[in-house]
Amino acid sequence: MRVGLFITCFNDTLFPGTGRATVEVLERLGVEVDFPFEQTCCGQMHFNTGYQREAIPLVKRFVDVFSGYEAVVAPSGSCVGMVRELYGRAAELAGDRGLALRVAELQPKVYELSEFLVDRLGVTDVGAYYPHRVTYHPTCHSLRMLGVGGKPKRLLDNVRGIELVDLPQAEECCGFGGTFAVKNADTSTAMLSDKMQHIKSTKAEVVTAGDNSCLMHIGGGLARGRSGVEAVHLAEILAAGSGERGSS
Amino acid sequence: MARNERDAATAAPDAFSGGNKRDTPPFEVTAKVALADNQLRRNLGKATQAIRDKREAAAGEMPDWEELREAGSAIKTRVMRHLDEYLVQLEDSVRRAGGTVHWARDAEEANGIVAGIARENIGEEGTREVVKVKSIATDEIKLNEHLEKEGIHAAETDLAELIIQLAGEGSSHILVPAIHKNRAEIRELFMRELGLGDLSDEPEVLAEAARIYLRRKFLSAKVGVSGANFAVAETGTVCVVESEGNGRMCTTLPDTLVTVMGIEKIIPEWRDFEVFMQTLPRSSTAERMNPYTSFWTGVSEDDGPREFHLVLLDNGRTEVLADEIGRQSLNCIRCSACLNSCPVYDRVGGHAYNSVYPGPIGAILTPQLAGIGSSPGADSLPYASSLCGACYEVCPVKINIPEVLIHLRGKVVRNKQDNGGAKAKLDPENVAMQTLAKTFSDPRLYEASQRAALVGQWPLARSGAIHSLPGRLAGWTSARDLAPVPEQSFRRWWREERGGAER
Repeated sequence: MRVGLFITCFNDTLFPGTGRATVEVLERLGVEVDFPFEQTCCGQMHFNTGYQREAIPLVKRFVDVFSGYEAVVAPSGSCVGMVRELYGRAAELAGDRGLALRVAELQPKVYELSEFLVDRLGVTDVGAYYPHRVTYHPTCHSLRMLGVGGKPKRLLDNVRGIELVDLPQAEECCGFGGTFAVKNADTSTAMLSDKMQHIKSTKAEVVTAGDNSCLMHIGGGLARGRSGVEAVHLAEILAAGSGERGSS
Repeated sequence: MARNERDAATAAPDAFSGGNKRDTPPFEVTAKVALADNQLRRNLGKATQAIRDKREAAAGEMPDWEELREAGSAIKTRVMRHLDEYLVQLEDSVRRAGGTVHWARDAEEANGIVAGIARENIGEEGTREVVKVKSIATDEIKLNEHLEKEGIHAAETDLAELIIQLAGEGSSHILVPAIHKNRAEIRELFMRELGLGDLSDEPEVLAEAARIYLRRKFLSAKVGVSGANFAVAETGTVCVVESEGNGRMCTTLPDTLVTVMGIEKIIPEWRDFEVFMQTLPRSSTAERMNPYTSFWTGVSEDDGPREFHLVLLDNGRTEVLADEIGRQSLNCIRCSACLNSCPVYDRVGGHAYNSVYPGPIGAILTPQLAGIGSSPGADSLPYASSLCGACYEVCPVKINIPEVLIHLRGKVVRNKQDNGGAKAKLDPENVAMQTLAKTFSDPRLYEASQRAALVGQWPLARSGAIHSLPGRLAGWTSARDLAPVPEQSFRRWWREERGGAER
């Protein structure tokens, strides 16, 4: 299968390692990966901050770039959530029926990484080895917008050497929320401080999630507090190690 | 926290009416005041966590919970689509049952109507007082303050409402208005304001003190004022759902009863109660059924009030109705589950929202009722959310609050861009967003800007991390480090490893 890789502007610029890990995992499972260079940003930041007129050309670009693929995969629940849940609204706002139809056709083919692995490939063991104590934070858009449910955890469960520990109050927002983290920095920080308390209480070495935006916020707080806990994207854990898949 | 700051944060919010200016400060300012109050944060966090867990259990008991949410949403959506017809039907039904219907365009009209009825029925001798059932609609129009100006005291009879009335504060929660107060504060308040002598701070003792005080009011009042949880178009029946029974006292003992309700509170038929009586108590108090549900239909010869008036309040609601996406905000049945599930409300409390409608529902309802562009406060509320979606998940009538928040943010920005003149165009956020949109629309420009960021960040990055950002982004580094932009972007890596389009 040949998939279109949607790396997201955020990962491309700030977390290229997550993109490389995504390629590693997909290719290890025999998927042919293509990275269309014409992609930039899905428009989520503009759309969610209220700059919706400005987001429309980005929506059109995304649809142009990715419509031809059998499946599109991204290591971000949030950006996939934008495409799947809000592109219809954007097309409506643009008053563009043609775009609306193309959006509707594209939407079901766009997957967050864990969804693609579990639902589309039917794989829960990607052959990773990661000998660390890890806790998982389900990001809000993965959890509630996409409904990825237990898929990331099933993948982590099959990582060899990993010690997976439950995060208390896992489903509560970390306080990132895109521009919310800057516009309402005080409230965002108050939410972050509770999230960090919960993370620290697990004594994990690593906190992981399916979104680098939330992890940048959590990891930034943990680094400032010199907690010693590292924030690592799910794709990087799944890409780690020998690549030998178990028989389970 | 300094006392005057606390007073500013807990003062009763201004009334609003469609299009009228409410000069409220932006959310981020009031939130800052609330966040500094550690006691408030601890009290709130504890209370909302307890009610969250209980609500989940109560909803989880129902095998058809999702279907009930769907049904509630469908009924309310139909009501909003045909509100004009249902309102006329309700008016006919109430009249047939012996009641009088009044229409109020805004707060001023509604207050005038209620004051007129009160003046006529209290009489000149005795205490000039009406007894009230807890009602957010009357808080919205600031009825109590208006009556006070007319020399009529509106006595709140709900325990929590009584507490905040005695304290001279505004509500901080839809369901539990005094959620921010502790027992010791209440004891002190009762001793000072009720003149009942020395009290302990045992809940039973405090409740008994309130009971003694309120009983005199119930038995002497000639006029009762209530809101409504529901009104049935088909029968003209009005309903109040409550926990303490004080509402029932107010709606049965006085000779005259005035109900003020927002026009959106209609349900078409009696049988629709089946849905809401299952979802409302479980969503609000996490109970299978609330202790008191009172229904009244017009007047009857030898029971209850001899006169019944229904005031149908618009106050900006028809404006909300005209907005196809925002309209779903009117489906709200005021259960407050969204407040209890909201991580933002949890940290800042209700007063930060500067409205009688706090929390996620307030963040969408208040700016719509007040009007986008009416004040910095109203325009800031759609941003008082991290869009985590916990509110939508628990809403018993499936109001897609994140969708409405994003929609309203669009309206706020559009209003500023179209009506804000040159100042709005030069606003740093607007400039940044315009620039980024241009950059993202051209992959070459985008890649060039990635390289520029790499060069531009060197004065900021120290020992592998950015500890402080300039200007508007300073909020980020107030509590978080930022990793610097890495040398090699993903697309550069791909090109170098895999080949591809040259730039």
